[in-house]
Amino acid sequence: MGVAESQADDGLRSYLRRPTVLLLAVACLYLLVDLVVKLAGITIALGSIHLIGGEIAVSNVVGFLMDGLILGLIIALAGVGLSMTYSILGFANFAHGDYLTAGAFSGWAAAYVVALFTLDGLDVTFGEIILLNAPSLVSAWASPFAVLVGFIVAAVVSVALVLGLDRIVYRPMRDKDGISLLIASIGVALALRYLIVFVWSPSTRGVTSTNPESLPSMDLFGIYTLNLHEAIMIVVAVGLMLGVHLLLQYTKLGKAMRAMSDNKALAQVTGIPTERVVRATWVIGGGLAGVAGFLIILERGVLSFNFGWRLLLFIFSGVILGGIGSVYGAIGGGIIIGVASRIALVWLPSGFPRVAAFGVMILVLLYRPAGLFGGVTTA
Amino acid sequence: MSIRGRARSALPDALTEDDTVLIAVLLLCIGVLYFLIGGLQAFLADATIVNAAFQTFQSILFLSGVYAILALALNLHWGYTGLFNIGVAGFMAVGVYTMSILAGSPDGLPPGLGLPVPVAVLGGVLAAAIVGGIAALPALQLDADYFAIVTVGFSEIIRLTLLADTFSGTVTDPSSSQYNVVNLFGLEFGTGGGRGISTPIGNPLEFLFDGPLQPVGDVLVSVGDAIGIIPQVVEATTYTAFIVLLVLPAYYLLVQRVGYSPFGRVLKAIREDELVAQSLGKDTRLFKIKVFMLGSGLMGLAGILWYGTFGYVNPNTFRPLVTFYVFTALIVGGSGSNTGSVVGGAVFAALLLQGPRRLAGLINAGAQYSTGGSLPEPANFWVALTSLDPLAWLGYLVTQTPNLKFVFLGAVLVYLMQNRSEGLLGHRKETASSVDLSERPASTNEPGKPGGQAAATGGESDE
Repeated sequence: MGVAESQADDGLRSYLRRPTVLLLAVACLYLLVDLVVKLAGITIALGSIHLIGGEIAVSNVVGFLMDGLILGLIIALAGVGLSMTYSILGFANFAHGDYLTAGAFSGWAAAYVVALFTLDGLDVTFGEIILLNAPSLVSAWASPFAVLVGFIVAAVVSVALVLGLDRIVYRPMRDKDGISLLIASIGVALALRYLIVFVWSPSTRGVTSTNPESLPSMDLFGIYTLNLHEAIMIVVAVGLMLGVHLLLQYTKLGKAMRAMSDNKALAQVTGIPTERVVRATWVIGGGLAGVAGFLIILERGVLSFNFGWRLLLFIFSGVILGGIGSVYGAIGGGIIIGVASRIALVWLPSGFPRVAAFGVMILVLLYRPAGLFGGVTTA
Repeated sequence: MSIRGRARSALPDALTEDDTVLIAVLLLCIGVLYFLIGGLQAFLADATIVNAAFQTFQSILFLSGVYAILALALNLHWGYTGLFNIGVAGFMAVGVYTMSILAGSPDGLPPGLGLPVPVAVLGGVLAAAIVGGIAALPALQLDADYFAIVTVGFSEIIRLTLLADTFSGTVTDPSSSQYNVVNLFGLEFGTGGGRGISTPIGNPLEFLFDGPLQPVGDVLVSVGDAIGIIPQVVEATTYTAFIVLLVLPAYYLLVQRVGYSPFGRVLKAIREDELVAQSLGKDTRLFKIKVFMLGSGLMGLAGILWYGTFGYVNPNTFRPLVTFYVFTALIVGGSGSNTGSVVGGAVFAALLLQGPRRLAGLINAGAQYSTGGSLPEPANFWVALTSLDPLAWLGYLVTQTPNLKFVFLGAVLVYLMQNRSEGLLGHRKETASSVDLSERPASTNEPGKPGGQAAATGGESDE
């Protein structure tokens, strides 16, 4: 970035940028000082004009931070797959959010079926079970086996779905430009989302209970309660991301993926079977998406047909923030977006967490078009 | 070329040579088709045929018209300049909301500013253009797909801000803790939040029915009455005529004029190769901002002409789905061509948007007519599937058409991108040069005629 800015043809841009960078730094500093002053409970005002400060409890801020962290991990986990397909296939996949939804629906339907056969005293028909019409049946405490099966089914179904879609939709279009593929992926997203509605109806349903009575939870220093589902979410998400890191760094496939995202033609010349690498990318990206969708619902407790689509812009924000093509960027960017959208509630009214997240994304793009961790493509 | 050639030879000459005739014939065909469908449906359901048929006729033409003008505005961004803007809904929202706030009554809930309607409409268009200018700033340094995500994020920011309670103006009592009227230098207004806002403009041809020209309106109403059309449909038809016969040609001519102007040639050059345009001394950033403002203003106006006349809107009207609709319309017709935009808007409205609904309606009405009862309506997918009854399957498919419509839409998008990314009309994209470079006579390539080539490309007539 620094090199690019010093180039002569970028003269106007860097000239324009300096005062705005200063402005942004001042704004960030103000918010930081304001947060500290607010935590101290001091209000500084000039006459009737409120200058800085106010009042906010430490537990509130910690709550925002933890919520943001969990949301950030969700975004990061989903973003890893999106970032991989982006860097290797070269297009922004707008269907990724609906891969999450598909994984969640298939996984939870499987978990429900297992629960039907393992839990005693259920008086629900098979049709109602598979369409997820019985409220809040499964939890990791009462029926861990059902959750495990659901987790695996979510991964398997979404991998199969993603490979099938690649075969039908994207493979005939390998040589097309990114925008054509992007538009096709919007088509895939619409078709997939409303096929899910066709089968499961558009209603929002609770699939797992998150209330403290039925689920063991842990008190973190008396200011935040972490329940079992959240803990599972965090552990599995971190484990999967670590797995992706090891895969990319220490396996032959990972090396081939990195080579392809760096320079496809060169990778092909050196004998890397590009088509096979693309398929492996879809398997990993799609599997992560399905699993992420399942875990998100485990943590949130409610399932609706458009949750993946609503999350997609967050995921894109995270991936862009970190720099498209970098898996570590996607993780970092996802966590930043998640935390920023929740911490924003310190200053903004309750209607604005999404606005804050998108605003952060646009601001970062204005200042660093290649993303925070951009420039280094790891895969 | 061959597919296009074959398709063209099947059509009469007038259609292939004159775009106006092509559009007029297409709109007429769609109108007549829907007239017949509406009539048939009414006949099967034992309703008043003429009124229903005419109602279907005018509503499909209205939808064709509004999608056509939106596609034309988007064509300016994407077709001409290559700016992949998927925030169309956001600019429409800005136009409609600004207009509603400006024209709303100061005593209303939420309070408005009480300006005259023409001023409010102008204000809405200007606001959409200004917001477009702001949204274009990231475009100056971003790749196409990054820009796409930024614009869709921008339109969501607009929608969520309008949806938020903070500016909704629904609690007008200043002493209340929930007081949420926006107070800008003494001007008080609100967005209505999730409750929506009333749009205080009606049919601009209202004066025909309630004003100095009432005799004309009376004649229209009595003609309608004579053939069995109710006055509301007559009035709606005048508005559809206003959109299709006045607004649509105006948009078409404006965008066409922009496209053929020196300004438009620079836009097309940016699309083809921005670096070349820059090296020819064009400040491409300025051009991008200008065209983005113009297109966004046109989208704002289209939003006003469409949703502004419904009497009431809420922010969720402007979901990204609306943007994808407009996009599909433009892709169907072929981006880069104005005739294609109009054709795409009409075909999209008739086939993809309203087609499945009409088909389901026809099936339902047909079932009722032939069997006397309605189709079975299974409660859910599982019930329908396990009933093993083809009629139940059909019934479930019919009840699910609003959802299956999107599946169809998605499949059409994928098919078009795979097989026909240049649109229905074939390759019609206008090149950046003002003459056709591919059919230049060989003699101009001769050495010793240096002036010929520059003149032929029209280089010096640029701004």
